Amino acid sequence: MSHDDVLNPKQMPHDPEKATLEGKNKFLGFWFFLGGETVLFASLFGTYLALNGSTQGENTPENLFGLELVFIMTMLLLTSSLTSVYAMYHMKNHDFGKMQLWLVITVALGLAFLGFEIYEFYHYIHEYDFTFRSSAFGSAFYTLVGFHGGHVLFGLCWITALIIRNQKRGLNLYNAPKYYTASLYWHFIDVVWVFIFTVVYLMGKVG
Amino acid sequence: MADHTGSKPVHQAEYERKQHREEMKQQVISFVMMILFTFVAFGMVMAGVDSFFVIPVLLLLAIVQVVFQLYYFMHMKNKGHDMPALMMYGGAAVALLTIITFTTIIWW
Repeated sequence: MSHDDVLNPKQMPHDPEKATLEGKNKFLGFWFFLGGETVLFASLFGTYLALNGSTQGENTPENLFGLELVFIMTMLLLTSSLTSVYAMYHMKNHDFGKMQLWLVITVALGLAFLGFEIYEFYHYIHEYDFTFRSSAFGSAFYTLVGFHGGHVLFGLCWITALIIRNQKRGLNLYNAPKYYTASLYWHFIDVVWVFIFTVVYLMGKVG
Repeated sequence: MADHTGSKPVHQAEYERKQHREEMKQQVISFVMMILFTFVAFGMVMAGVDSFFVIPVLLLLAIVQVVFQLYYFMHMKNKGHDMPALMMYGGAAVALLTIITFTTIIWW
């Protein structure tokens, strides 16, 4: 049996993402990475919590933030997390077409989220003259929320690349771990957003 | 004869599909719960509940929501997730220390 046959069995195993040694290693390695990402975001959250009182004037969290926009963004990202769960559900049932379709929906929702975030930053900069350099609060806010937005952008590029690259290949034991880790990354983005909307926006509004 | 590419018994494939459906159902339920928590969190802030009470509740709701995300959406409840759990709890412990350090340095 050649290498290609091993990666394209006629009958897919139960967990295609962990059926090969490479898949198992990717799975473990990616969780190690997510543990590190947790610490990285914690330092940004710590900085934000330490500096969000240093506002240098009128642009305080209470005056700036609008909860309607944040609510829509939260719903978009939370729903995109569910759609990527559906994609992994179809992967486990070896239905490549449906998996691709759900990932396309995930990317669309993620793009909508990113669009709202760009609008939000644009709005703050042009209507409120609130920039990265306005105050310590401004620096901490744009660093934390912008870093999350950067993760969303990276995740979108990653998932889009997977969808396009594997379109003609179909599901096999070579790309199943790639899809699985990308979906873990996407869920982690939503984990971080849960704390952003709670700590930055909701607690900022409460004061 | 051992046949590596031979098909699984039908009942095995059916059993696995049923298992996946069951898991999917749990995931949809956790999604509904997460939406509900989000509504409660935003609702409390918009209604202007007292901040002394609302901040701990908001943090609690966020933590519960993240637990749903990790254990159901990211499958940490399934077998073979001991190392991921170690990594995430390790990361969370360092994260907590980092945040406590950063905030208390500014207080004092």
